[in-house]
Amino acid sequence: MESSELKRSKDSVNSCESARRSSFPDEVLERVLSLLKSHRDRSSVSLVCKDWYNAERWSRTHVFIGNCYSVSPEIVARRFPRIRSVTLKGKPRFSDFNLVPENWGADIHAWLVVFAAEYPFLEELRLKRMAISDESLEFLAVSFPNFKALSLLSCDGFSTNGLAAIATHCKNLTELDIQENGIDDIGGSWLSCFPESFTTLEVLNFANLTSDINFDALEKLVGRCKSMRVLKLNRSVSLEQLQRLLVNAPQLAELGTGLFSQELTIREYEELESALSNCKNMHTLSGLWDATGIYLPALYLACTHLTFLNLSYAALQSVELAKLLAHCPQLKRLWVLDTVEDKGLEAVGLNCPLLEELRVFPADPFDDEIVHGVTEAGFVAVSFGCPRLHYVLYFCRQMTNAAVATIVQNCPDFTHFRLCIMNPGQPDYLTNEPMDEAFGAVVRTCTKLQRLSVSGLLTDLTFEYIGRYAKNLETLSVAFAGRSDWGMQCVLGGCPKLRKLEIRDCPFGNAALLSGLEKYESMRSLWMSACNVTMNGCRLLAREMPWLNVEVMKEDGSDDSQADKVYVYRSIAGPRRDAPPSVLTL
Amino acid sequence: MEVNYENGLNLKATELRLGLPGSDEPERQTTLRPNKRTLSEISCSGMTDDGNDDRRQSAPPAKAQVVGWPPIRSYRKNCLQAKKDEVEGGAVRYVKVSVDGAAYLRKIDLKAYRSYPELLKALEKMFELTIGEYSEREGYNGSEYAPTYEDKDGDWMLVGDVLWEMFISSCKRLRIMKGSEARGMGCV
Repeated sequence: MESSELKRSKDSVNSCESARRSSFPDEVLERVLSLLKSHRDRSSVSLVCKDWYNAERWSRTHVFIGNCYSVSPEIVARRFPRIRSVTLKGKPRFSDFNLVPENWGADIHAWLVVFAAEYPFLEELRLKRMAISDESLEFLAVSFPNFKALSLLSCDGFSTNGLAAIATHCKNLTELDIQENGIDDIGGSWLSCFPESFTTLEVLNFANLTSDINFDALEKLVGRCKSMRVLKLNRSVSLEQLQRLLVNAPQLAELGTGLFSQELTIREYEELESALSNCKNMHTLSGLWDATGIYLPALYLACTHLTFLNLSYAALQSVELAKLLAHCPQLKRLWVLDTVEDKGLEAVGLNCPLLEELRVFPADPFDDEIVHGVTEAGFVAVSFGCPRLHYVLYFCRQMTNAAVATIVQNCPDFTHFRLCIMNPGQPDYLTNEPMDEAFGAVVRTCTKLQRLSVSGLLTDLTFEYIGRYAKNLETLSVAFAGRSDWGMQCVLGGCPKLRKLEIRDCPFGNAALLSGLEKYESMRSLWMSACNVTMNGCRLLAREMPWLNVEVMKEDGSDDSQADKVYVYRSIAGPRRDAPPSVLTL
Repeated sequence: MEVNYENGLNLKATELRLGLPGSDEPERQTTLRPNKRTLSEISCSGMTDDGNDDRRQSAPPAKAQVVGWPPIRSYRKNCLQAKKDEVEGGAVRYVKVSVDGAAYLRKIDLKAYRSYPELLKALEKMFELTIGEYSEREGYNGSEYAPTYEDKDGDWMLVGDVLWEMFISSCKRLRIMKGSEARGMGCV
């Protein structure tokens, strides 16, 4: 809308009734705003004027809460009366790597209680890094008669009993997506809890689970859910069982196989190949546990329209990958293990010109002997063949500044650049210099960069570069890097769009922490662990900034004055009341 | 045959390793086994002596296990661990292969091969070297390289000494030695 029109609508609020009639009617405004999906656009809209704020809050049906402690469920319910879908994120990301104490919090139950009262027609709940118990799942299942979609990613605290409750009670369920959770897998009978009359499931992902499931129940379920488009199985499902499922579900768009390794007769192999190739809509393929070269050819015909291939649970060699990729010309996203080595990545560069995202995970990250994985050569090879690459996650044991400079020259459109040189503080292995120039090249060249993870031997110069050039950076992850407070100060003083900063094992202290006083209110959160921050520094921060929650997690046996782990985040809900004893709120 | 196989402590003093001292190498036993060709030479000569040390200097220093590093999500870590635990009687049988003089190890799945010739051919291809023919009396004498393996008792044997099936089930890791060192292995 033109700014002049905005002004007119604002002025009209203040004028008399007759003038109001000529202003934008609320119902129309609400109708228009209901078409806005992006929560950032909606936030902007709500700031325009009071009318727009109200129209926006009445028309919003989906709320995204990036930090569950930044706001309370009561505040959310008060502002948004018509929510049908909620996305909630809980623990700091470093909890994925065991850096956050077990009982830290982020329990969903208090939210569910409020939602049951205020949003009885809630349809969707998507949680990431939250704690959720079986009781909560059962409560959820019986409290919301219209409930349709449940997605749990990296959550913990529940078991398959909770899933059984969902299956039993949610008559309108369309989506059950259980991913990478700390789930207590008691057994597979939860699948049998879906009633015989139940046919609405469109998304079923139980790849997370390890135990055997009731295949008979699964086969019947898949057979009667004709709208199913996403099916991700767990390891216990064999190739032969996969074939039986696919024969009844050729409409699948996303498939996660079970174990891809079994003795098959020629006939069984051909049947599998045929069933796979009949899935004409398939664009995403994952699972493939323990896949070896023997049965991969069964996939070839099914890969023609594949855009996302997740091989990160299949330890393939370079030749096997090359042969498979020759059949995947449309690939946009590829996840692999570093067993494919540089030669495998060369094949990626040769066969996948449309590639936009590459993730290379290490097969042996904790081995103290060096096992050959990928090097800078593989990454460079991909960059030459895949100019559209904009998202990379790359675990390697050696890298050079020159290689990274070449990579970003070939692929200047990086939005996500996550490089993990696995040995902390390792320099450029050819020149023995710090990796400063590598990340300097990244931030200078990739103007669209939103997310950056740095590694290797880094001085404060890296952070000078980041502060100076990374104007669109929103998320920065730093480990074992930097020389002094100056480094962190550069980042906090630059990077206008910074929202999440997570730092571990760096020599940044109170001066650095306190240099970001004003900055933290425009950020979602700051994490600092094993740095040089003290309790006094944290207390000062908490005192100066009332809208920030400053939490310190102490380690056993550490010095009283040291703040071992610090988590700072903005909040309108005030300090949280559910913190365990190991977490001090200042 | 004489066994001058030293106790584990001496080994560690002379051996070139990248792990921290005290990490994971099992205690080796000094046992006399009839019908086993033991590799007395390995214990004294260390891993490599052919002067390829320039690769070592750029190799990263020994590192301790750091909590939460590298940043792999717990879920993925557990999957990797489950894979390792599955080795016994499982569908795959991954063992590490080291070659004297090479900086990096590799891993192969023994179950991907059906016989010694297949395995040896694959090793030759993987490391670009020649291993040559095995003979029961003379081992790999005459070849540039000789493949050896550590069995589940901790003894080092010459690849080919036992039946294939027994080899598959007892082999823990492979080491391709320079032929000159392997010559120290006496005949039965």
